[in-house]
Amino acid sequence: MRFERREHRPVALVIATPLIAIAAALAIAGVLIAIAGAPVFEAYWRILLGAFGSRLSATETLTRATPLILTGLAAAVAFRARLWNIGGEGQFYLGAITAAWAGSHLFGTWPSIVQIPLLLVFGAVAGMILLLVPLWLRLRFSVDEVVTTLLLNFVAVLFVSMLIDTVLKDPLAFGWPQSQSISEAGMLPKLLARSRLHFGLVIAILLALVLAFVQSRTAFGMQSRAAGLNPQGAAFAGVPLGKTLVAVACISGGLAGLAGAVEVMGVQGYVTTNLSPGYGYSGIVVAMLANLNPLGVVLAGLFTATMFVGADGMSRSLGIPSYIADVIVALSLLSMLVAVFFTQYRIRR
Amino acid sequence: MSAVFDIIASAGLWAAVFRIATPLIFGTLGALLCERAGVLNLGIEGIMTFGAMIGWLAVYNGADLWTGFLLAALGGGVFGLLHAGLTVTLGLSQHVAGLGVTLFAGSFSYFVFRLAVPVAGTPPTITPFQPIAIPGLSDLPFLGPAFFAQTPPTYLAILLALVLAYIIFRTPLGLAIRMTGENPHAAEAQGINPMVVRYGAVIAGSALMGMAGAFLTLSAFNSFFPTMVQGRGWICIALVVFASWRPERALLGALLFAFFDGFQLRLQTALGGAVPYQLFLMIPYILSIAALAIMARRARVPQALMQPYRRGER
Repeated sequence: MRFERREHRPVALVIATPLIAIAAALAIAGVLIAIAGAPVFEAYWRILLGAFGSRLSATETLTRATPLILTGLAAAVAFRARLWNIGGEGQFYLGAITAAWAGSHLFGTWPSIVQIPLLLVFGAVAGMILLLVPLWLRLRFSVDEVVTTLLLNFVAVLFVSMLIDTVLKDPLAFGWPQSQSISEAGMLPKLLARSRLHFGLVIAILLALVLAFVQSRTAFGMQSRAAGLNPQGAAFAGVPLGKTLVAVACISGGLAGLAGAVEVMGVQGYVTTNLSPGYGYSGIVVAMLANLNPLGVVLAGLFTATMFVGADGMSRSLGIPSYIADVIVALSLLSMLVAVFFTQYRIRR
Repeated sequence: MSAVFDIIASAGLWAAVFRIATPLIFGTLGALLCERAGVLNLGIEGIMTFGAMIGWLAVYNGADLWTGFLLAALGGGVFGLLHAGLTVTLGLSQHVAGLGVTLFAGSFSYFVFRLAVPVAGTPPTITPFQPIAIPGLSDLPFLGPAFFAQTPPTYLAILLALVLAYIIFRTPLGLAIRMTGENPHAAEAQGINPMVVRYGAVIAGSALMGMAGAFLTLSAFNSFFPTMVQGRGWICIALVVFASWRPERALLGALLFAFFDGFQLRLQTALGGAVPYQLFLMIPYILSIAALAIMARRARVPQALMQPYRRGER
């Protein structure tokens, strides 16, 4: 058996790829559900119902999709340039704590119209800085950034944990380690009354649109892609590699930091060490599921949020561990990788 | 200062160093074997989690400890087969495939564990490996309790490091592995099948990663809980670079690293709350990054690492 590169990729196949991949993942996860002793179709129906069955659950799913879209965009923009930013989780937490600090200590008394943008920028810059360190290590010492960004996640979370235990601790939190709250004026407005759904979703979708435009229509988009596909060739063609990577890192780290800021400003207003159930890591899956396409990230973020929110309800009613959501998402990633491969290659005997 | 000396002079620290180092030795050797054949295996964190879970679950259900250990190795090997399928046969990005394997192996482990063991107030436990005192040597003052009263997997890990060093540098098999990692085309010209070598190395390496995880549940602790691997896998990937892809240096690197880790734990107790405990916990991760920065430029990377091999395609 050999693989042969396809000369041109059929458009229908490229569009169908994510659907085929998700179907395959659901089929394999279905086997696990069956082994666990639950009716497979009912389980999937309950997931759907749990995610969209009521106004409350639908707004919850959209609320959950917001940080996933932002961390997904962060991973997608970096991976396209082959900058392996696996540090989204740490950047998320650093963005969140910076926004919380700015919103409680620096600009707490300022009016919303100035304060909100300032907090968002502070969060994004914090994320950028955390990614520029491993990028510097790569450019200066040729250290692979996969391991450094990953290890910095642990450092960042411990750092945040230290801050909310000491200098940023809320003295009114009955001894619980949590940061002081962002002032009312620093919180993102709600999109719908009587729900947790906030303005962050609009920010996430707008940024996806902007990024889609930048990547397909600007010189920078071309350069970052070229830097990823063929660094030597790109350098030969006059693409400033170092500069391009720094810009990519700023966007990627900035988006992950922004995700943290948006989450803390949109949902509870203060930081605890369980602010993120792994949004940084899930963002990687979201980006891969979207095949690194910014608009696809919106859909993939929605899919992932559907699984996470829906699985909770399904888990309660059918007694299947809710970790099945993570299994489905991880399987989708693996089958997506294989599916994308078969849009590029065909089997030749 | 005297507190620092007391810590270093205590047999307890050195006994702990070997205990902390053991999973790192297994994991680093595993990652090293994969990379020597040209495949980066970022599945390590998830594979360790699976090894920890499946080994524990087997023993919990009545298997003896060594059977649990073996099952963890087999389970690791199965995920290695998955990783090899994605990276060797399909030639997908080794970074991305490895992350996919990690996410899948990790979430699959939590799912199976929750399915097999319903939620309880206190996690159920097993009787783990007990230390075996080496006759004669363990009676030595200081050295005995510090070095010669470890659990069997620790002795196994040290032995494996030496065996692997011998295999890689002194046997035809080792030569085939090294050639495949350096230049698979040249290896093929010598009658070596790079695909087979890569499959073998990734499966065997992943089996070692499974054993690394099993040590956590079957020797270091006596229960399984999610996120118990806590980045040890990523530290192993860093240690491979630190060790310049040499098994005997991986052994030293893991011990050095474990020394700092054991030391910070004791220093934390000695200083008792004067310094935030999180600062101490950061040390292992920051040390790994520092080690990478110092060693990365000097280390000689296997030249074909991360390059997919396709016959007749350059």
